[in-house]
Amino acid sequence: MKASDVATLDGVETVQPDYENRDILAGYASDLLSDVMAHAPEGCLLITIQAHGNTVSVASLAGAAGVMICNRRPIPDDMIAAARAERLPLFRTARNQFEMSCLLGGLLSARE
Amino acid sequence: MNRGLPDLSVERSPLSLVEMIYSTPIREVMTGDPIAVRRSETMRAAQELMREKSISGLPVAEDGRLYGIVSIHDLILTIQSDQLDQPVERHMTDHVVTLEEAMPLSMAIAYFGKYPFGRFPVLDARQRLAGILTVRDINVTLIDRLMRDVTRYESMLESEPLPGLAFTRVFHARRHDFEQGGKASTALKRHLSDHRVRRELIKRVAIAAYELEMNQVVHSIGGTLSFDVSPERVGILAQDRGPGIADMDLAMTEGYTTADDWIKSLGFGAGLGLPNVKRVADEFYLHSELGIGTTVKAVIRLDTGKENGA
Repeated sequence: MKASDVATLDGVETVQPDYENRDILAGYASDLLSDVMAHAPEGCLLITIQAHGNTVSVASLAGAAGVMICNRRPIPDDMIAAARAERLPLFRTARNQFEMSCLLGGLLSARE
Repeated sequence: MNRGLPDLSVERSPLSLVEMIYSTPIREVMTGDPIAVRRSETMRAAQELMREKSISGLPVAEDGRLYGIVSIHDLILTIQSDQLDQPVERHMTDHVVTLEEAMPLSMAIAYFGKYPFGRFPVLDARQRLAGILTVRDINVTLIDRLMRDVTRYESMLESEPLPGLAFTRVFHARRHDFEQGGKASTALKRHLSDHRVRRELIKRVAIAAYELEMNQVVHSIGGTLSFDVSPERVGILAQDRGPGIADMDLAMTEGYTTADDWIKSLGFGAGLGLPNVKRVADEFYLHSELGIGTTVKAVIRLDTGKENGA
């Protein structure tokens, strides 16, 4: 599935729409940025509540294909600007990390 | 001579192709909404339609029900016997071999190998005509998939770094300046990708640079991060002005952190920073003095280094 397919999911809001539409190959749910940096797989959707600019740096350095902010946390403008500069899709949902992971996991395995 | 399709058996084919032909339903490959003639129309009408639409096999169907197919061969026989004005029903091929749209593409490939036909009508679950499948349709799908796969494999192949890889730059980090944190590592990563350094090497460099950069933002009162890139290696030197590390062994222990709750709430201070750097680096050096500052040097070799670690 593509990043643009994530954007069409029910209850998912696209916060930063100017992005490179990459394939979503996996998911990675974590709020520890060092952990994301070390273990997030290339092409994953990062599922996190860390709504700040450094999350974008980490996602980009780790090669993530997108970032999903959970629990409808407020997203500061500098984070949106950083995501735009990296052409990284930034989404937001009211779901928590577990619920979002289950949803994405189901979609990824259905398409295998 | 019938060359048919190449052998796409599971044992002899690349995995990506096997997966593709077994998981793709014929529905996604066939040409849907096929043009058809009715049984009562003339062979001349069929011929006109086939010429106009450049098709070599015309299904005979009414209200979705398939009765037969008019092939070029049927048409030639009709022309030879001068019977073009007779109804299609008398010259079409009945007893047509069909496929179903939910079948995997592998089944269609097997059919093309087994029968001498150039096309098969495809029926839906209610046995109504849903489309036509030709070797051309399969070729288009296979080529499209191959293009995507080969593009992906090519990007994974080792390529020579471009000239201009050598790069030296110094960045300054300020205490708790989270807004700028990550800028230096991102610049370094971009330079390496622009010069076609292998992805797994870039990932290791990115981990080391980012952890060292954020260490300065999170823990130090400020410092510098210097990058020195040559075709052989990436050197990262992080020097700060304090406060210094009290216990070096603890600092190198995974999970140990001196970060406060605010830092942790931002996702930092997991106690993984320096251990992460050491894990990905080919050379690692740490020196710290309380009240003076900390120096960390990490080298990632671009020629011969750790093959894993990222």
